[in-house]
Amino acid sequence: MAPARRLLALSLLLLLLAAAAPAPSAAAEEFTEELLLRPLPDRKALAHFHFRSSTPAPARHHHLFPKAISHLVQKFHISELELSFTQGRWNYETWGGHDPLSTNTKPPGVELWAVFDLPSSEIDATWKNLTHALSGLFCASVNFLESSTAFSAPRWGFKSNEGNLRYGALPREAVCTENLTPWLKLLPCRDKAGIASLLYRPSIYKGYYHSQKLKLTTSKTGGIVLDQSLTVVLQPNTASGKQLHSADGKPQPSWSLEHLFNRKLSGKCLVSRSSRIFVEIEKGILAESGPEASWSNEFFELSTAPDRVLNELDHLDVQSSSLYEYDLGNYNDDEPLDVGITWKLPLIWSCSPAPYYARRFLMGSGNERGSIALSFLSTDLHKQLGGSSNDCSIKAVVLQVFPWYVKVFYHSLQIFIDGSSKAISEVLEMIHVTPSEDKLSPGTLEMLLRFPCGMQSATLILDFDKGFLHIDEYPPDANQGFDIPSALVSFPEFNSSRRYPETDPMFVSPLLENFKEENVVKSYTEVLLVPLTTPDFSMPYNVITFTCTVLALYFGSLLNALRRRIGEEESKLKKAASRPALIPMLIARLRGQKADPSNSESSPVSPIGLKLLLKVAFVAVVAVAFHYLSNS
Amino acid sequence: MESSAKEDAQPKPRLIVRLGRLLASHHILFSALCCSAGIIALLFLPALAKNTYLSENALIPGSANPLFSTEDVAEANKFIKGIEAAAGESRDGMGMPKFIVQQMKELGAEVCYHEFLPHSKHFHPLKFFTSMTNDLAIHPNGTYTNSGTNTIGIIRAPRGDGKEAIVLVTPYNSQRVKENELLSLALGFSVFSLLSRAEWLSKDIVWLSADSQFGEYTAVSAWLSQYHNPTFVAGVTNGPDGIAEKAETTDFKRAGTMAAALIFKVGETRNYGDRDSVTMYAEASNGQMPNLDLLNVVHYLAVHRQGFRVNIERISSLVTSAWLRVIAEVIQTVGSLLRKINPDWKLDIAAPDYVEGTANLASSIYNQALGVPTGSHGAFRDYQVDAVSLEFSPTFHLRNENAKSSFLVRGGRLIEGVVRSVNNLLEKFHQSFFLYLLTAPSKFISVGVYMIPFALLVVPLPIVAAALADGGKTEGKSMNDHNMKGSADILQVDGGAWKWLQSARVLLVIQIWAVIVSLLPYYISQIADGTPIQSAVIWVVLSIIVLIILYAMLGSPYSAGVEWKLLKATMITSISIGLGLMSIINFATAQLGSLIVIPMCLFSRPVKARLGMNFLPRTVLLASNIFLAIFGFPPVILLVMKGLSKGTWTVDIGDFWVSMEFLWEWSSATYLYIFLVHLPCWLLCIHVLVHPCRQAGSKVKWE
Repeated sequence: MAPARRLLALSLLLLLLAAAAPAPSAAAEEFTEELLLRPLPDRKALAHFHFRSSTPAPARHHHLFPKAISHLVQKFHISELELSFTQGRWNYETWGGHDPLSTNTKPPGVELWAVFDLPSSEIDATWKNLTHALSGLFCASVNFLESSTAFSAPRWGFKSNEGNLRYGALPREAVCTENLTPWLKLLPCRDKAGIASLLYRPSIYKGYYHSQKLKLTTSKTGGIVLDQSLTVVLQPNTASGKQLHSADGKPQPSWSLEHLFNRKLSGKCLVSRSSRIFVEIEKGILAESGPEASWSNEFFELSTAPDRVLNELDHLDVQSSSLYEYDLGNYNDDEPLDVGITWKLPLIWSCSPAPYYARRFLMGSGNERGSIALSFLSTDLHKQLGGSSNDCSIKAVVLQVFPWYVKVFYHSLQIFIDGSSKAISEVLEMIHVTPSEDKLSPGTLEMLLRFPCGMQSATLILDFDKGFLHIDEYPPDANQGFDIPSALVSFPEFNSSRRYPETDPMFVSPLLENFKEENVVKSYTEVLLVPLTTPDFSMPYNVITFTCTVLALYFGSLLNALRRRIGEEESKLKKAASRPALIPMLIARLRGQKADPSNSESSPVSPIGLKLLLKVAFVAVVAVAFHYLSNS
Repeated sequence: MESSAKEDAQPKPRLIVRLGRLLASHHILFSALCCSAGIIALLFLPALAKNTYLSENALIPGSANPLFSTEDVAEANKFIKGIEAAAGESRDGMGMPKFIVQQMKELGAEVCYHEFLPHSKHFHPLKFFTSMTNDLAIHPNGTYTNSGTNTIGIIRAPRGDGKEAIVLVTPYNSQRVKENELLSLALGFSVFSLLSRAEWLSKDIVWLSADSQFGEYTAVSAWLSQYHNPTFVAGVTNGPDGIAEKAETTDFKRAGTMAAALIFKVGETRNYGDRDSVTMYAEASNGQMPNLDLLNVVHYLAVHRQGFRVNIERISSLVTSAWLRVIAEVIQTVGSLLRKINPDWKLDIAAPDYVEGTANLASSIYNQALGVPTGSHGAFRDYQVDAVSLEFSPTFHLRNENAKSSFLVRGGRLIEGVVRSVNNLLEKFHQSFFLYLLTAPSKFISVGVYMIPFALLVVPLPIVAAALADGGKTEGKSMNDHNMKGSADILQVDGGAWKWLQSARVLLVIQIWAVIVSLLPYYISQIADGTPIQSAVIWVVLSIIVLIILYAMLGSPYSAGVEWKLLKATMITSISIGLGLMSIINFATAQLGSLIVIPMCLFSRPVKARLGMNFLPRTVLLASNIFLAIFGFPPVILLVMKGLSKGTWTVDIGDFWVSMEFLWEWSSATYLYIFLVHLPCWLLCIHVLVHPCRQAGSKVKWE
């Protein structure tokens, strides 16, 4: 009764609000769709789809908001959740690492983290159920994160929390359309109308990076915000696309929506509150083409005049990038929107990078031990930002989850800065280690490092031993090796927020709201492949044979020992000693045939021996005959 | 059946004991049978070779149409012109690396230089099997004039996760460039440019153009060691000579775990055969081989898709040898005879095939036994990466443009096909064989077959040892007409149950000596600028002195009055242990070694021993004894091998030093085998040979 009353009050309130604002007054549930396009320096194009559905409170019926998600939130008491499916790697060096999009990139495979609104004793069990629910919902093997060896609970390396965050990654999960379809099902128009209709599968899965995300946030009042985003990096499919890579003196390929997606965009999804397309032109281009951000200048030209231009200001109030906005509501079937960019002059620019490129690699060889190295390479960002005093330093937070079969010796941490070994205390400010437990839980390493600004490169090395797995713990493709999930490196002193000062209050764009949020600059490292000792699974027959032989020998000798009567044998032996021994006799006979034919002792044995020989010969002849007959 | 018959009569010692005794009492017959069977089985190996087959289904070679086309050939030709110009312009040898890097950058690949110093190998006894990583680092204050420069380009697979990489290597000499090396660089570049556009890649591609001015192996192993065991020393941030590059090219770049490596180069024009040929080299250090599937893929694509003739190395002198042809005829006759008895025994092999197979097999065994890699692929095997070297031998003149472009198309398609197959693999190579010998590019002998001859050769050893050690007892019991003597022997044996300890001590002394001898080169090589002959002489003299000192300290073998039979038994025991261990480390060495050592051990008996046989067999025995003892001496073996392969029979002591240096520089286990197994055995044989036979005289009548 009480929630209903509250709901009534809330809807009344919302009605009042709705009367004030020119928003669709059907309900407080909202849906917006946006697409951001951006040319990349290496002749590729980035497309970022962003869909937001929100509901003020979970209810029995929803108009726009997906019911499955609201159930999920209610059932598992999720306060925040992010699930990403990624294929390919984000190229931090050429595609940038400092803007809101590139700091939200994800490592290959599946990554899931969730913050629960539950007492800590119930969290693990809830997480397990959640993984199963998500795996059913998204047609993916997210349920592999159920095992306690697959997820961890970082305290501050990932996101500050009170122990109610769980984090897990499946680097090997393959991502394809079967994951996209259920994701699209959560949208009110699916891919039948609106921006999502651009998602023509063959084009978007041909890309160089494909990351499909789902982020859930619940507010204190019970409202749920569902952000679905899809980031793809595509190679514009132009007629003169023979030379694929940037080369000096050649203009960038010109592209439009149709080139990129092979689809035309005709109108918005009707239930969406706003439906916009942004084309972002980055600082690097604007620096070349002059400060006046015109949509048609000597370097490039946009195919359609934008409805609005938004200029971003950086921290020194200097204009950095420009956003050209198109409202999809102004277009329809008769007048489809085909935004594109045409380059007139060759242009080389670069995206602003993260303060350090973080790389990770394995050292050593063999199946016994190895080392894992994390290297930081300065991009001289702090010089651009002006803070080049001598005693300045840059903070970096590293989160690394090690599967249990990679037994890391945390004490073996070595740090090299610019080629010289440094004491750990000089660099390491804070460290939090959760050691792994064999077959129970992974190890988690969280480190807060402080590097001097003038540093060019740093390398952290940790030694590890490779563990042995039980035979049934090997995956079906055991010989590929085992993955160490990506490490996450974040730079807490840098944030990727953007400011768009000139926006009017009526202009609501969840995408830009996300951009304005204070997001820490993050980057993921590569996934690593560790070869472990692998039994030869292709030879079960040999194993069975060997095992059976060993068992037979064991039981044979055991039975022999049990059955034997030593006392009797001894008496028999005594008796036998009085008689001539057979063995020497036999030996003598065998030898005697050559050397001493007239051996008197051998005569009583010879009839038996002759019989025996005859028998053996008979059996041999029969065997040969049988063999010959059966073959012919 | 036999046993059950006896069981009724007398349930005395157990069957296995009785069998053992039976064998021991006939050990001469048994060992003669086993050894000859082993040698016959060895001769039959080429007939037992099976055709190779693709074991891993994921490879599916040749299932996709090759994309390498004439456009890529045009690219290669453009590259050749460019690099010729670049090489001509610069005098410091940096022109070519710079040009290659420039070209790779234009393709959108990640590039970097890798500088390395020529690595002088030292014998270090404590680091025999471990790679010497720290020596390879560039010294911070060293001059760069003498360093080589590898250029590395990496294509990131568009949709891949970057966990694995395929490595392509083209060696070239940046100082003195030859036309065929330019062609192989162009081939590498055109394949690389094709792969940079490929959408099907799931593994990253690394193209290493290795600067082979200090040898291919040095360049590749320096790069691999920097890849796997980097050193973080200051001063590497400076660019190579004359290149004011940004950090992006000097920063060492990596690309995940290596799945496989393919080394290819274009050799000199050779005018045999009507088709261009490819020679596969696969033997890595200590007889390790890449997975057979890799060779199968190369062979399949080269022969059935691109029409190359595929060769493997062979000992060509064997092909023309007359005695081998005689053996081949015999084997052919025997094989066809056996075929008639049972059509399932496919042992018949045509005589020419047999000769060919034997020449290939001998080379395969020899290369594995030497334990020295046959090319830069050996460096990859040290990091458990399957690698194979391909050497293209064109049959045209390199100025012939038409032939060259057709060659480039086929070569490019072959490499593309191999990359594509490896790219298909989800798991690393594991399906097919790792232990095999090749008798032809498409025929192999698996471990299950080639271990039979070795097993047959080794089996008599423990039996003979047991027979010799137990000789007195058996003799006493079996010889019933010498009852008196028998009981005396039993008494003697009882009293001397610990007699073997004496001979074990002799063995121990000789083993200590062998260890010292094997370590001596470390100290001798410290002596600056000694010629090989000097070093060899010092080595020999020191070894003899050490032996004398050891005998003086621990007593000579004859002073304690060791019986020669016990000495021989100990020797045979030690040799069987040694061979058994060696067969695990490097099977081919053990196989070849057993052919020399086992007859030497089995035949050895004192010259002075009184033998109860006629003059003729006795002389034959003695002669063979001395013959084997002479030819069992390692320098003599080396001399014979040199003489057989080259035809020159000059005696040079320095040669021995040089070849041993060669073995330890490559950390070959064969060196250990020669000095820890073979040499002590030989010395013991000599001891047995010159045994005075004072008190053992009464016992040797038997046999």
